[in-house]
Amino acid sequence: MKLLLIAESREGKLLGGTYELVAFAAKMNAESVMFLVGDEGVLPKYDGKLYLADGKTVGEYNPDVHKQLVLDVIAQENPDMVALSHSSYGWDLAPRIAYALKAAQVSEVVDVVGGELVVPVCNSKLRCNVKAKTAKTVVTLQAGAFGLSDEPSGTPVVEKIVARGGNQVQFTGYEQAASGGVDLGKAQVIVSAGRGIGKPENVAMIAALAKALGGEYGASRPVVDSEWVEHNRQVGTTGQTVTPKLYIACGISGAIQHLAGMKKSEFIVAINTDKDAPIGDVADVLVVADLKHFVPLLTEKIKSL
Amino acid sequence: MKILVCIKQVPDMESKFKIDVAGTWYAKTDLAWRMNEYDEYAVEQAVQLKEQVKDADLTVLCIGSDQVKETMKKALAMGCDRGAHITDDNAAGKEPFEIAGIIAEYAKGKSFDLIFTGMQSQDRGSAQVGVLVAEMLGLPSVSTVVHFAYDGGSVVAKRELEGGIKACVKVQAPVVITCQLGMNTPRYPTLPNIMKAKKKELLSIPVQDLLKIDARQGTVKMYFPEKKGGGLVLEGDMAEMADKLIKILKDKTAVLA
Ligand SMILES: Cc1cc2nc3c(=O)[nH]c(=O)nc-3n(C[C@H](O)[C@H](O)[C@H](O)COP(=O)(O)OP(=O)(O)OC[C@H]3O[C@@H](n4cnc5c(N)ncnc54)[C@H](O)[C@@H]3O)c2cc1C
Repeated sequence: MKLLLIAESREGKLLGGTYELVAFAAKMNAESVMFLVGDEGVLPKYDGKLYLADGKTVGEYNPDVHKQLVLDVIAQENPDMVALSHSSYGWDLAPRIAYALKAAQVSEVVDVVGGELVVPVCNSKLRCNVKAKTAKTVVTLQAGAFGLSDEPSGTPVVEKIVARGGNQVQFTGYEQAASGGVDLGKAQVIVSAGRGIGKPENVAMIAALAKALGGEYGASRPVVDSEWVEHNRQVGTTGQTVTPKLYIACGISGAIQHLAGMKKSEFIVAINTDKDAPIGDVADVLVVADLKHFVPLLTEKIKSL
Repeated sequence: MKILVCIKQVPDMESKFKIDVAGTWYAKTDLAWRMNEYDEYAVEQAVQLKEQVKDADLTVLCIGSDQVKETMKKALAMGCDRGAHITDDNAAGKEPFEIAGIIAEYAKGKSFDLIFTGMQSQDRGSAQVGVLVAEMLGLPSVSTVVHFAYDGGSVVAKRELEGGIKACVKVQAPVVITCQLGMNTPRYPTLPNIMKAKKKELLSIPVQDLLKIDARQGTVKMYFPEKKGGGLVLEGDMAEMADKLIKILKDKTAVLA
């Protein structure tokens, strides 16, 4: 079994998923080669062959150009499987490669059991074991699902490759997330509001509990998308990553993108009406209750301590 | 201008799921169904584009059994002109490549200028279908879009990346756009529009007419993940739970000290 690992970099910086690809190859017991559009000065620690296209020349992610580069490497290496991170880069590029290769694509793989790929369904409430029927397979890996047990090491043998062909999608620049305001990273206690708060007026009760605990309030994405809470309080992959001493998730189901931002908190409490909500997997305590009744009650009791 | 928006009907994620008899998907009984969240943004964006360019024709496509018509009616009430219902009692058994193949076969030769899909579905969540449809039709595609603007054939879009950073891109129509949460504010259908929607055309096309490719992957089994961690679960009286929780926080964390 031979794997092609599609590493990822942005503005010359190598992104974290790269070593998860290496860990996946180890788990698959497969030999591997790596592909990267990136900076020669910032190479991944990797014992193997690295096909490197110069990021400065190629530019930031462009689907047509990256696809062609990957296909050129595939033509040379003939791998059985192509692995990418399930990231904004990976899930955009993977179907393009799969289509060109007439390959099956299995998305967001979290494990491999007896040659079958394990994927989450319905917000991780369910799982499926799937098998490709094609000669080649393209997979994307859920962030954090595969980790190296040791520090990454090694120096790759670099083979430089050059881009060819045009692109239909023109990259014009990055827009940074708005900064300023609250710094959730510094808070010892974070109480977060999820869609379960039901209406914007209920942000106040979440903020009140946070205040009673001497902390800050945060939010899951739908609460931010609805503009009930500003974006700098959003916890998760497309918001902040936080590690407070105490994190209280109120009416938050525990989607992987939210968990990625808070699961390393020291102590996690979830308040949820759904006993089976996936947030229960990371919570030290799950309170099965309607937050609209429980949160004000808890706040009053804490205030009167 | 011709616009296509593709939607899926999914169960409410707070439902209590059961595995079906075949053991490869969830049972479809006793579930509440709704429009895939990501697709609501796709429908809204398509309707906004139609309102902007005025002389547009907007079709909403959905694959599934008769039950999906309920969800299609919502899209029609939001402002789509016509529904294309691809009738299929086994849509859930089809993998993303087949679903994309069906959509591409429908769209082929119809010269859509814009095709909108959600960036993924809430149940299967493969994030493949929109991009695959584009590849099959030989069109460019932009995925995970949180901002979309159209002006005389050219599209300016912002893709959302990790950490909330956005990549700004430009592309010429025809193009496929996959829509991410927060892209706009999906409207609630008004009562008059719900009434009007009932009179809109709803085409019915058997899936056999459009499915020309084979599945490339199969599901061996579906199951509930093992509960990890095994944290404490509190249930019952509110005041008792609050007292218990406060005691735990005092014992296990330093925040109430
Ligand atoms: C690329 C990408 C990036 C993303 N980035 C992020 C991110 O950074 N952060 C993020 O949070 N999400 C992110 N998401 C969205 C994520 O997938 C989920 O959609 C989101 O986290 C769900 O938020 P939620 O848990 O508040 O809402 P839901 O999933 O709707 O859950 C609501 C919960 O509230 C519970 N509830 C309802 N009523 C009550 C009540 N009265 N009392 C108590 N509980 C109640 C329900 O049981 C349910 O568990 C991202 C998604 C994608 C695709």
